[in-house]
Formats: sequence, C-alpha cells, structure tokens
Amino acid sequence: MLKINDLHASVEDKEILNGINLEVNAGEVHAIMGPNGSGKSTLAAVIAGKEEFKVTKGNVVLDGEDLEDDAPEERAHKGVFLSFQYPVEIPGVSVTNFMKTAINESRKAKGLEDMPANQMLKMIREKAEMLEIDRKFLSRSLNEGFSGGEKKRNEIFQMAMLEPKLAILDETDSGLDIDALRIVANGVNKLKSKDNAVIVITHYQRLLEYIVPDFVHVLHNGKIVKSGGKELALELEAKGYDWIKQEATV
Amino acid sequence: MDLKDKLVSSFMAFENNVDIDHPVHDVRTEAMKNFEQKGFPSKKEEAWKYTSLNSLQKIDFSIFPKQDNALDYKDVKKYFIHDIDTYKIVFIDGIYSSNLSETTHDGVDICLMSSALTKAMYKAVIDVYFNKVASKDESLTTLNTAFSREGAYIYIPKNKMPKKPVEIVHFATGNEASLMLQPRNLIIVEENAELQVIERHQSLTSNEVLTNSVTEIFAAKSAIIDYYKVQNDAATASLIDNTYINQKSKSFVNVHTFSFGGKLTRNNLNFYQNGEYMDSTMKGVTILGEKQHVDHHTLVHHIEPNCESHQDYKGIYGENSTGVFNGKIIVDKIAQKTNAFQQNNNILISDKATINTKPQLEIFADDVKCSHGCTIGQLDEDAMFYLQSRGIPEKEARALLMYAFANNVLESVRIPELKARINKLIAKKLGVNLGFDL
Repeated sequence: MLKINDLHASVEDKEILNGINLEVNAGEVHAIMGPNGSGKSTLAAVIAGKEEFKVTKGNVVLDGEDLEDDAPEERAHKGVFLSFQYPVEIPGVSVTNFMKTAINESRKAKGLEDMPANQMLKMIREKAEMLEIDRKFLSRSLNEGFSGGEKKRNEIFQMAMLEPKLAILDETDSGLDIDALRIVANGVNKLKSKDNAVIVITHYQRLLEYIVPDFVHVLHNGKIVKSGGKELALELEAKGYDWIKQEATV
Repeated sequence: MDLKDKLVSSFMAFENNVDIDHPVHDVRTEAMKNFEQKGFPSKKEEAWKYTSLNSLQKIDFSIFPKQDNALDYKDVKKYFIHDIDTYKIVFIDGIYSSNLSETTHDGVDICLMSSALTKAMYKAVIDVYFNKVASKDESLTTLNTAFSREGAYIYIPKNKMPKKPVEIVHFATGNEASLMLQPRNLIIVEENAELQVIERHQSLTSNEVLTNSVTEIFAAKSAIIDYYKVQNDAATASLIDNTYINQKSKSFVNVHTFSFGGKLTRNNLNFYQNGEYMDSTMKGVTILGEKQHVDHHTLVHHIEPNCESHQDYKGIYGENSTGVFNGKIIVDKIAQKTNAFQQNNNILISDKATINTKPQLEIFADDVKCSHGCTIGQLDEDAMFYLQSRGIPEKEARALLMYAFANNVLESVRIPELKARINKLIAKKLGVNLGFDL
C-alpha cells in the first residue's frame, strides 16, 4: 500500500530525513521508534504532505501513485490520515460541524453528494460511542479547552469518522493516562482491518502493549537503522537507544 | 466649489426648513461656526494620519435629496434581521420612511429625531440631552450638529425594556448622482432600563454616498445597552460614524462593530464613564478586501474609580485593503482601581494589505490595571496543515481559521438571529460554503 523510497527531506536547508525506505502493506501495523530529534514526526508530516518540508530526493508512493504533487487535503482524500501530537484549537467550530465539513469535502473531491444529515448523525453517534465520547463533547469547539487526553481521543474519533486507508499516529500516547491510553488503543484496534494499515510513531514501548505492531523500525539521524518484530520494542525499552546510536555509528 | 464651501452655503437653505427660533437652532449655528472655521480634518492631524478625506471632498455631493423615494419591503427585506420581529426606524435617502418603519410610543419612545426636535412634549428631554455628550469641537461632529434634523430618537424610561430590538437602517437609492447624509441619533436609557439596537447603512446603488453620522447615547444608573453596527456597504459608500456614550454608575454598554464593506469607514467611538462600577465594552470584527479602508478610533475616558473597559478588535485584511486601529484610554487621577483591557489582533492575508495599530494610554492614577496588546500576523501554518490533513481544502481551511480568529468577538453577540446573520456574512465575505452555517 505505502512505499517510501530513499526519502530525503529538509527544512530550511537542514536535512532531516536521510534516505528512508519503508514498505507498509494492507493489514499491517508498523511502529516507528527512535530518540528525540531522530526525524519521526518529520517523516509523519512528509507523508501527510506538510509543505514546510522539502523532499529533496526519493518519493512516497501510495497504491502505486507518487504523492509528490498532492496537497495535504488531496492526500487525505486518497486515504492518508495523520493524528497530530499537538492538535490545533478551532474556537467557534464544533466537533460535529468540523467533521461534517471534513467528510463532505472528501466526498466532494470524489464526486459524491454530501452525506445525508441523518446518516452523518448516526455515524457520529456510533463512532463517539466506540471511543466512549460524551455527546456533549461533540458540540464543543474543536479542541478548545480539551485536556490532553480529550484531544488525542478526538483525533482517533476523527480517524474513525474519516476511515483512512493509512493512519499515522504521531505520539498519540504522549500526555495520556493509562485509562485514556486504553480507550484510544482499543479504538485504533477496532478500526484495524485487512484493508487498512497503521503507522504508530512513539518514543516509548507503552502504547505498543495495546496496539501490537507487526514490525518495529528504529529511526536515527533520519534513517531507519534497525527493523524487527515486536520484540525489538521491548529490547529498546530495556536497553534505551544508546546501543542503537552506537551501532549506527560503527 | 469644494465640499466645505458647499456645506457652508447650504446651511442657509437648511435654515429655511427648520424652526430658527427653537433653542436647538442656536446649537446648530454655533456648530456651523466651528465647522466653518475648522473644515474637514486633514492627514496633518494626528487622529487622521492614516485616513484621507481628500478624494471624497472632490465629489459634488447633493446635500439634500430632491425628492422622496420609496422602496418595497420585499426588495430590502434581506437587510433587516427579518427572522425576528423588531422595531424599525428606516430612512431612505435621509428621509423617514413610515412604510418600512415600525415605531412605538407604548411605554417607551422609539421614533424620530425630527419629532423630538420640534414637538413641545420632548423639549424637556432635548434640553437636557441634545448635544450634551457629542463633541462641540471635533469638526465632523459639529458639521453633523449644524445639519441635525433627522435620525432615530429612543427614550426608554426607568425599569423598562422594549419588547424587541430596534433596527435603525439608512438606505441610499442612488436617485442622486451622489448624496451626503447626516443622520443624528439620540438614545436615552434611564435607570435600570435596557435596550438593544442594530444600526446599518446600506447603499443600493453604485453612486457615491457619504454618511456623516452622530449618535449620542446616555446610559443612566444600572442601564444595559447592546449596540451593534453592521457595516457591509457598497463599494462606493463611505461612512464616518461618530458615537458618543455617556455612562452612569453600574451601567453596562456594549458596542459591536462589524466592518465588512464600504469604501471608507471611520468609526469614532467615544465612551465617557461618569460614575462607578460600570463596564464599557467595544468589540469589532473587520474583514476587508479590494481597496476598502476602515479606521477604528476608540476612546475610553475613565473619569471615576472602580470601572472597567474591554476592547477586542480583530481584523483580517486582504487584497489592497487598509486598516487602522487607534485605541485611546484615559484614566484620570481619581479613577483608581480602573481595569482597562485592550486587544487588537490582525491578520494580513495579502502582501499589499496594510494595518496601522496604535494603543494610546494616558494614565494618571497609580492603582490601575491596564493591559493592551496588538498583534499583526499571518495564518498559522501548522493550523492550516492540521485542517488540510483532514481533507479540508486550502481556501476552506483559511476561512475556518479566520472564523476561529474572530470568534471571541462573535461570542458576545446577544441576539442569536443577528449572530447567525453575521456568521453568514463572514462566510460570504470569505467566499466559502462550509456545509454548515458558521
């Protein structure tokens, strides 16, 4: 589904991604781990199309299509979803209205009519229930005054609504207590299917106890320096990242 | 002949149509002298540094419309808050339209300035209030005073509240090649009484219109007034709005100004706090494009202790538009425990748009809290990316962020139908259809 080939990306002439190769197939969960500053969030942002980052070499291919010229919204329409580490507050626009706009813009791009209001409300209700989100929450302004946990849960709610092919969860576990973590992880697990894929970006192994990855990759200095199965995450938890850094420099 | 000369010479013709023996006429004559001496303000004056009236003065404005014009309600319905019932004081080319209006004398007076200025029953009120808070010095205000004859007159007695909001609407029809209007409003809200007003100036033509309006508002002890100015006029319509508010103890006066259109708009909004424990609030949303120009000049004079003032103006400037915000706060020496807040945030969405923003604080008391902040910026790129990553196209994403930016001001609009209308105007101004009413 996703193929990243020798991807180099920089911001203001500073190279952050330094030749990433990664293949993600439908039905798989990949975890990308690595120390701070290794380029994890940049990789997520580049896949989602953030313009601040310049791709200097290589490419990102989704279902055989190079995404290079696609704006972020076009990538979203093709099924890419990025859960933000720091979701943005939008005062005056309720969660419900925001979702209506997002879904109908996606449908418009695909040449479909707006989703009928009753169908939309039904879907909102179901997905909110799945993530144990209170109905009152949906009429609040998007992310405004939300706690860290509420923001993350809201991100997964949006993911549930948009039903992406490829979901990238950028540090979704940061700022979550154990209960919130469990709810969020359960939500992601319920959304998993043989037709979609998930990339979990995390610094710690904790989230991976709940969202079990098929593959774990370690990023260091903008490069994947080690890949393995889920046991690699445990090894990293136990030994830290220093040995990876040393191995990489040898 | 330039506009000043024309106005000065028109004053005699004006005198043929008013009662020159009435005491108000002495006020007019005095005001005319001031204007004749001072003329139109020029950019050399600090207060007019960024707003030039030069090109307007070259236009040969008619001072008095030649004929009465009529409009059908169905043709202008959209300019009213028609979802709810309101009192209406409507003028067409400066002349009262009884057809479109709904006035009342049922416990409150919601009617005409021309009646108040001429009928004996109003004389006592006029003696006490007319031209008492408006400047006797500022040239455009005195110009309006000299020609004051028509406008809205509202008197709300003690403990009363009208059953519905009042709309004051001025239409210009374009039957004159170019028309100058000088409406004069007087609003008195007595002790513990309440009032909601929506004011709008609407040109229905591409002919030039210049409105020089003066509104005097008196809020007695514990009075509550919500005043909304909707400025979304045609590209050939200019407005100079001079509003003067005299507040007494424990009163609340909120003025919201929505500036979305017009050629040149100058808002002179002046609050005088003559009492204690009161609150004055000024809020504004300005969204401009093309070559539009809006200049907000606010003044709050804290004269006595223990009062608050809040100012929050948001501006979004595109294309070649220009904006000015000048917020003056004076805290007198005895006005201890004053809380004065001022905020002016601007977003420039075009390289050619300009904003000049300036706080002007003159604080003579030592135990006060005054804060002010001006920002000028662009839309947050991270926020744009967030919205786009959810599938929302760039244009719609921009609109959502701009709406979110202005939201603080909209939140305090207390007439839901007006708020809905303003939201629609904003969506229209931003050129988007988001699938829901903002």
